[in-house]
Amino acid sequence: MDDDGVVSDPDEMPSSAGDNGVPALSVAHLSKRFGDRIAFDDVSFEVGRGEVFGFLGPNGAGKTTTVRTLGTLIAPTSGSATVAGIPLAPENGVEIRRRISIMPESPGLYLRLSVIENLECFADLYEVPDSNDRIVRALRAVNLADRAHDACGTLSKGLRQRVALARALLSDPKVLFLDEPTSGLDPVATRDVHELIDELRQRGVTIFLTTHRLEEAERLCDRVAILNTTLRTIGRPDELRDQLFARTLAVRTLVALPEPGGVFAGLPAVDGWRQDGSATYVLTVSDTTVAAPAVTRALVAAGADVLSISESHHSLEDVYLELIDEDEEAGRR
Amino acid sequence: MRVSTRRVRAIFRKELREYRRNRQIVVSMAVLPLIFSVQPFIQIFALPASGAGALLHVHSLVYMLGIPAIVPATVAAYAVAGERAQGTLEPVLTTPIRREELLLGKALAALVPTLAVSYGVFGVFVAAIELFAQPPVASAVLGGPELLAQLFFTPLVAAWSIWLSIAISARSSDPRVAAQLSVIASVPPIVVTTVIAVGGIHVTLGLAIGLAAALLLLDGLGWRIVSVTFDRERLVTGTRS
Repeated sequence: MDDDGVVSDPDEMPSSAGDNGVPALSVAHLSKRFGDRIAFDDVSFEVGRGEVFGFLGPNGAGKTTTVRTLGTLIAPTSGSATVAGIPLAPENGVEIRRRISIMPESPGLYLRLSVIENLECFADLYEVPDSNDRIVRALRAVNLADRAHDACGTLSKGLRQRVALARALLSDPKVLFLDEPTSGLDPVATRDVHELIDELRQRGVTIFLTTHRLEEAERLCDRVAILNTTLRTIGRPDELRDQLFARTLAVRTLVALPEPGGVFAGLPAVDGWRQDGSATYVLTVSDTTVAAPAVTRALVAAGADVLSISESHHSLEDVYLELIDEDEEAGRR
Repeated sequence: MRVSTRRVRAIFRKELREYRRNRQIVVSMAVLPLIFSVQPFIQIFALPASGAGALLHVHSLVYMLGIPAIVPATVAAYAVAGERAQGTLEPVLTTPIRREELLLGKALAALVPTLAVSYGVFGVFVAAIELFAQPPVASAVLGGPELLAQLFFTPLVAAWSIWLSIAISARSSDPRVAAQLSVIASVPPIVVTTVIAVGGIHVTLGLAIGLAAALLLLDGLGWRIVSVTFDRERLVTGTRS
């Protein structure tokens, strides 16, 4: 793996396979081109069974095309993959689609049909046994049992999204692809979807979550990948933060220190410092649990009036923006 | 290749439910047959008993084979383009359904109402002739060969029109354009049946059997050809794989 955490050799892919060692998704050097246009290029990763895997990236980064490729809707230009343990190949399309479920960004419901008629159709397309029972369970899972006989055309966007989610759950999929599942939902509906994803995770369903909502990915995903035509990085959200951003302590004093170098130099786990404003100092540290007490003692010894010592936090959004900004700058050069 | 009857039935049932609730389709199915009923209706009922001889070389009933040619065109044209337009095609294509199953379900859903409408209108027409036309006119019109031709050619002509319309629908992004092109594509069989109806082509038993065999072959080929050209990637992304 290179410094960005991007996999360059499938043998070195971050191992996230489940207990039985067989990953739910394994992608190696997968690429898709439409003529001269590259949708995504040389993408490699693995997703373990029962893992919630976030797939992030700006518009046009190739996220939906990746999902469609893994869902056998479109053929890759090069590379290989296994989906739910089955090699991605045209002759395996039916078998793969039997084991997965894809909820596209747009619910795509038959608006003249009722909720239950929509689900009946898809239960038959997946040839699920005990379809009535499954439909009832899926409707209960998304809290829509009381709207089962309503025409989908009469439902709000949020309710339609929930029907689409129920439809995706019907076949009890091994891998569930969710493309922007909370797009356009109000906060309550979004919370419901998040809770449902948590429940599915507990049931061991592998979830491949494509989203623009970085706080959603941070909250729900075991690992995330950031795609911008090529895979920019992959890992746990906290790992990515550590990879991209140095850990820092922000120190605020009542008045500026007369000799800050004398106070901060040589302290354990403090790698460097800079002044940020008149009486604020940002210290680069290797271990906050070692550095913070040492800094506190040093400041007290120097007679400084300390207002605060805090660890600065970088969010997944910072990681995302850092990487995408890098790409934009590289594109301009 | 194993065709799943459950999946075919799922598409068939879903399509029928949608058609039933689509006013535009219901109106088209009700109005179009009238166009092909008016001319023979006037021709037969305006004729006095002494004019029955004029019908000897005219096959008025064959004119009604235009119904199975044009009715499914409006329905089948919606099959793929309509689903693309309302965003329902992609979720269906992500299920384990094979393209042959999808197309078969859609074709059957267009065929069944077409047969019901065609045979229904024809039955009413024949009953009206029996009851109200001059007896010599009725016996001149209701010949055995004409009735058999109607019985056998209706599904053959309908199936041909359906495959052509689905093929057009799969290549169109706008369902209205698909419907217009499908209606245009259904004109040649209408022209042929009209020419036969007015006595322009003398139909022998051999020619009828030959035409039926050719249509049967075209219908079988239609399913295969449309299935082969039904490309998931092009339908989802608009570009060919």
